[in-house]
Amino acid sequence: MPADGARVVAKRIVLGLANALPSLAGVVIITFILTRALPGDPAAYFAGPAATEEAVEQVRRTLGLDRPLPVQFLDYLRELARGDLGTSLTTGRPVLEEMAGRLPASLELTLVALLLAGAIGIPLGVLAATRPGSLVDQACRVGTTVGVALPVFFTGVLLIYAFYYLLGWAPVPLGRLDPLLDPPSTITGFYVLDALLRGDPALAAEALRQLALPALALALVAMAPLARMTRASMLGVLGSEFVRTARALGLSRFQVLVVYAFRNALLPVLTTLGMTFSFLLGANVLVEKVFAWPGVGSYALEALIASDFAPVQGFVLIMGILYVLLNLAIDTLYAFVDPRVARGA
Amino acid sequence: MSTAAVPVGAAAARGAGSETWRHVRYVLAENPLTFAAFLCFLAIVATAVVGPALVPYDPLASDTAVALSPPSFAHWFGTDQLGRDIFSRVIVATRLDLGIALAAVALSFVVGSFAGAWAGYRGGIADKVVGRFADTVMAFPLFVLAMGIVAALGNTVQNIVYATAVVNLPFYIRLARAEIVRLREAGFVEAAAISGNGPLGILVRHLYPNALPTLVVQASLNLGWALLNAAGLSFIGLGVRPPTPEWGIMVADGANFVVAGKWWIAAFPGLAIMGTALCFNFLGDGLRDLLDPTRRT
Repeated sequence: MPADGARVVAKRIVLGLANALPSLAGVVIITFILTRALPGDPAAYFAGPAATEEAVEQVRRTLGLDRPLPVQFLDYLRELARGDLGTSLTTGRPVLEEMAGRLPASLELTLVALLLAGAIGIPLGVLAATRPGSLVDQACRVGTTVGVALPVFFTGVLLIYAFYYLLGWAPVPLGRLDPLLDPPSTITGFYVLDALLRGDPALAAEALRQLALPALALALVAMAPLARMTRASMLGVLGSEFVRTARALGLSRFQVLVVYAFRNALLPVLTTLGMTFSFLLGANVLVEKVFAWPGVGSYALEALIASDFAPVQGFVLIMGILYVLLNLAIDTLYAFVDPRVARGA
Repeated sequence: MSTAAVPVGAAAARGAGSETWRHVRYVLAENPLTFAAFLCFLAIVATAVVGPALVPYDPLASDTAVALSPPSFAHWFGTDQLGRDIFSRVIVATRLDLGIALAAVALSFVVGSFAGAWAGYRGGIADKVVGRFADTVMAFPLFVLAMGIVAALGNTVQNIVYATAVVNLPFYIRLARAEIVRLREAGFVEAAAISGNGPLGILVRHLYPNALPTLVVQASLNLGWALLNAAGLSFIGLGVRPPTPEWGIMVADGANFVVAGKWWIAAFPGLAIMGTALCFNFLGDGLRDLLDPTRRT
């Protein structure tokens, strides 16, 4: 019943949105508190170091900082509704505009890392769960334990040493593309994808070469919790009676593992995937610094070092919103994976 | 205190002291890794306490004549771009890195577990407010929120501790709340109430101690993460200022030289972070097996 299914999913999305709203409100409130908790006097700060007493007062009035906090909060909401995240002091351009320009770089890196982590971590977890106590299982255990303890910036540095300096396989770890090449004209903002869509596989390969190491650095750390959760979840499911029944009925190994067991083990894995994404958004900042990747993380970082606070606050807000939206998406995915969830909603 | 209300832990400790020991010995024998991690932890703490007094070089003294020299007998871990001895710097930094991680975990442990216990015990408005706070913090990517907090409060070591503590709070709040809600209806709580304990007395003397094992396990599992978080913040230039020796900053320094093949500047402090975090994680896993058998994997 596809029509029915569509309705269930639509219902699920609406319900998820209702759940996401308080989180979104919380994100906005916390970001507001952070903007008002700036060290010292924000008015003096925005007026610049050479400002006179009157100029500071002037700025205070124009920024509305002399008004009561609830009124300031409403002003803040109004600015957000207009898409106004303030202006960067160092570049003099609107924060939202600069963030929008750099967001694809970060998303491309994060998504590729997440794909890589899932593509390695999940099968590894399944494999370990089907052979408990075997060599693969032991390797998975050691690997995940070490992976959780890896500082992602250090992994990046090690990868550069191994693949750039020693082996010479990787290009200079600076940015998304060799500076001598022109980036593909924007469709999605993802260089690899755009180059392919424009019919330039050579350029796509170049972009992929740049992307490989930073994505691998992120994925190495992100795959550990995924593999661990997949293993635990699969172990639980493989011991259950319906799997025994499926085996007894003589279904093929593949059918038992993938169709029956894996689908039932998928829910906790999805939850972990969401947490991994959150972790990746944070780790992005570190990896972007190591690889001079021109994403939103390095933008916020440059601003932070220059005590330019509007971009940092915009960054925190956008990342918060992004993560709330992702959780909404995962919530919706549950309905596809688990019919009980859909019917319950 | 009434004799009627004997908490679970106390009963186990009194009735079966040798039993507990046998369990500890059994777990350690089954898990040589846990034992190794414990020894490792002692070594790290010892390094933090006496290390600075024993190092061969002044961690701040630069000697440009030997700048960027690879590991040798004179400089076990080599020297950095200013000719400072990396071995000495890694050892001296232990105290700061360990201190930040321990302080952050202790802070979120105390604040988070009390807030969570209070919310779980009282329910109602307190529960809603505390729960909502935890949800809101969890709505952010935690490292990003920590960055924002340090940016807002000011760029100091103290604020790194606060930021790391705040982003960890939800885990303790949720765990403590769940434990207290689970225990709230237990017989010993009723007994404590009947024998004249007030709500606060019940919470502090009877409920909270019984939730502690789970919380301690959480804290030990959390230590490694706190260390990585703090090192990450200083890696991007927050908190600790150069020339103070600190692992995160040292990796950041070394990252610039790795493209030229000078691996030792970043490698040793990076390995120190990794090794310490690994030791904490193994210790946490072992402690979980020891204290909280229900969560054993």
